[in-house]
This record gives sequence, C-alpha cells and structure tokens, in this order.
Amino acid sequence: MEHTSRHYEMELVELKEKILFVGGMVEEMIGSAMRSLLDRDPELARQVIDSDPRVDVAELEVDHLCLNLLALRQPAASDLRFIATALKIVTDLERIGDLAVNIAERSIELNEEPPLKPYIDIPRMASAAAGMVRQSLDAFVKRDPFLARQVLRADAAVDELNVQLFRELLTYMIEEPKNVSRALRITFIAKYLERVADHATNIAQMVIFMCEGRDVRHPGAQKRAGGES
Amino acid sequence: MTAVKIETRAKPRAPGRDEAKAEEPMILIEGLTLHYGDKPALKGISMQVPKNRVTAFIGPSGCGKTTLLRCLNRMNDLVDGVRITGRILVAGRDVYHGSMDVTELRKRVGMVFQKSNPFPKSIYDNVAYGPRILGTRSRAALDQAVERSLGSAALWDEVKDRLHESALRLSGGQQQRLCIARALAVEPEVLLMDEPCSALDPIATAKIEELMDELKSRYTIVVVTHNMQQAARASDVTGFLLMGELVEFGETPKIFTTPGDRRTEDYITGRFG
Repeated sequence: MEHTSRHYEMELVELKEKILFVGGMVEEMIGSAMRSLLDRDPELARQVIDSDPRVDVAELEVDHLCLNLLALRQPAASDLRFIATALKIVTDLERIGDLAVNIAERSIELNEEPPLKPYIDIPRMASAAAGMVRQSLDAFVKRDPFLARQVLRADAAVDELNVQLFRELLTYMIEEPKNVSRALRITFIAKYLERVADHATNIAQMVIFMCEGRDVRHPGAQKRAGGES
Repeated sequence: MTAVKIETRAKPRAPGRDEAKAEEPMILIEGLTLHYGDKPALKGISMQVPKNRVTAFIGPSGCGKTTLLRCLNRMNDLVDGVRITGRILVAGRDVYHGSMDVTELRKRVGMVFQKSNPFPKSIYDNVAYGPRILGTRSRAALDQAVERSLGSAALWDEVKDRLHESALRLSGGQQQRLCIARALAVEPEVLLMDEPCSALDPIATAKIEELMDELKSRYTIVVVTHNMQQAARASDVTGFLLMGELVEFGETPKIFTTPGDRRTEDYITGRFG
C-alpha cells in the first residue's frame, strides 16, 4: 500500500533511486578499473579516478535526504528501517568507490612496467566481488532477504581467493627481488577486492535487517547490546 | 481472537524487576466484547496491562480505543443500550462483578479527559474535592493532599501562591495538570488518560509526557492518543486497535520498529487504506 502522503512516498522513491544511482556508479568504476588493469589502459584508469567526486556528491545527497526524512516525516517500522539502511549502505558504496580508485591507481603503476604474470585469479576475484555488490543492491531494491543471504555465503570464496593469491605472489617475491614491487601492487589489488566483497556483505546484512527487522551482524555482540536478534 | 500476552522484556537498567511485573499485570482483560445497540464496538479483546508502566492505545477514529479505556472504570455504564461481555480485572478484582462499588472503582481508577474540565472553583477546592467527598475533613490532611497532588502533577511551584484563585484562570496546560492533580488526590492505582494533550501546545504536551514518565513509578497509566509520536515517545507498551479488534499489543519500541502485523505497519507508517 502507498502512503497517504504522496509527497512522502515520492521522497522514499527518490532515496531508493539515489542509492541505486550510487550503486550503479561504483559497480561501473570497479569494472573499469579492472579493465584498465587487464587491457593495460591508463586512460580508463584515470577516468575511474576522475569519477570519484561524483560518488562523494551523491553520498552527501543521500545523507541529506535521509536526515530530512527522519526530521520531517518521523518514519516508523519498515520506512524507518529502509531509511536507516540507506544511510548506512551509502557509506559502504562510497568506500567501494574509493577502493575502485585505489585499484585504478595500482593499475596505472603496474602498467608502467612489463606484466609480472598473466592475470587469472584477480579477474575471478573481481567478478565475484562485483557480483556480490550487484546482488546486494538487487536484494535492496527487491527487498529480498533470500538474495541477501546468498551474498553472505559468497564472501568466503572471495576471502579464499585472496589467501590463495597472496601465497602465489609471495613465491614470486621470494624467487626474484625485482618482482617485489609489482607483486606487492597485485597483492594490494586483491586486498581491495576482498574489501569490496566485505562492503557488499555489510550491505546484504543491512538488507536483511531492513526486510526482517533482525540484525544479523556480530551475533555474539547482539546479546550484550540488548538488541533483538 | 487469542489472548495477546505482552512479553515484558527486562530492560538493561532494571533486570528482573520488569519480569516480576510481567507476572503481575495491573489490569487483566479477557474476551471483552462491547456492543452499542446492535453495533459491536469491541470484539473479544484480551490483554494484560503491566503495572507501573505507561500503556498507550492507538488506532484510527472509531477503532474502539476510547471505548476500551472507558470500560476500565465503567464509564460506559451510562451509555444507553450498551452491552458488555467478558472480564476485566483491576488488581485482581472483577470490575463488572455485581459486588463492585463503582464509586470505589473510580477512586482506584482515575481519569483525565481530552479537554481539561476543572470545576469553576479555586485551585485548592478542585484538588480537595475528591478527598472531601471521601470524608476527609481535617484542614491539615486536606492541605497535605493538595500539596502532594499538585506536587505530583508538577504544578505546585506554579500555583502555590494563588491556591485560592479560580482554576479557570490557569492556562490550558496548567488546567490539564490540575485535572491530573485532582485525579491523584484520591490516591488511585491506575490513571486513565483520554487524549490528554490534544488541546495543548508542544511545550504543555512535553510537560504532561514528562509527568507520565515520573508518575508511572507509583501509578499504572493507560493513555489513548491520536498522536502516534506521542505513543512512541511516552509509552512503554502500545496496543493498536482497528475496527474494535486488538490487532497488536507489545513493547513500544518493537511496535514502532518491527511490528508483527501488516495492519499495524500500514497504520504507523501512514498508509491508511
């Protein structure tokens, strides 16, 4: 059912669209940053870096909209949880944008030297992490806790790829000291992607809270905080 | 409908105490049905109003919340063609039992109305009215009751120098607090409030809400309100009524963040069908 106040309803729709807009932007930034690495395209990397201020502006707009809704509409129940979720996940999205910028920066540096090795696991990690971001936003839009739980389960695979990659790059570094700077940069990229997946996980957890009113974060801490879980 | 039993969750600051209260409801309502003529106004209401807490009834106009409140001290007895079945126990005693003395009941279950209704008498006489009717004659005892009640209603400091002025010269908010003091003067156990702030400005409203919070340590308060934010701010427990039915009854923070029923959700988020 829609709100009796159509204006309120429109503001909630506007908030949802803004979140999706930020989500779409950072997803594209991750994709472009990875392509700049694989295609050795520094121009594309620079575009990613240049697009970051737009994400920052959108984050501020979302915060502003949320604060206005809280102050002026006194939202309750599912509306309150929706706005609280928007306020939290926009921070995760903005951080994902920052991580895309970090990947682009490392990509520029790596592309100034010959390739260390063919990239195999890094693209797999990137597609898994970007998939998690997309799926968590889908879950947000569709208010689908089932989809959100799939995101939580996907995180372990990304963590595993990160560990695996670290071990492999370590052997490169041990074998040949002049590999170190490139191997380190690739390790950083793997870490960034692992962080992207963590932010997607945060988003998915908030979506479960939004849908079910149940906070699934930090199960041990819930009891001590006196929250409902 | 089945009994909605309130789960009184122990709050962090007073563990154990609230649990004890949950075992001992101040008001127990079982299968309460009320008809005005052929028209049902309350349909099988069951609930336990916890002692020493503020319970709010919310719901759209005509949902039965005021009717329910008025059942608690038998104010509906005076309405023509009213038919009531089910049971209400206040502190364990059956309100509708033949042996119940209604005057005694209304002393124990006081009421404050939407529009403040002080008697056209002095401030002092308004508050002393109840104790006098109940037989208190001693000047000292009356003085004490007046000071204590005005103090409890957070009005003493504002009126102590003009106790013998007409109550009608007080502001709206002061008049409403005077009515609370008048209800408290006979030392009730339960205080019923029917839209006590709907005619007041935000500052006077805040004072009444603050007062409810202070008074609940000594009284059990039940308030009917159209203002959902007031229920959210001032109550511990909320009941949502719709077309004579108790849809949901539970801890206020739970009702306003994660209500269990779709109809409650729609009402408190402003989706009125």
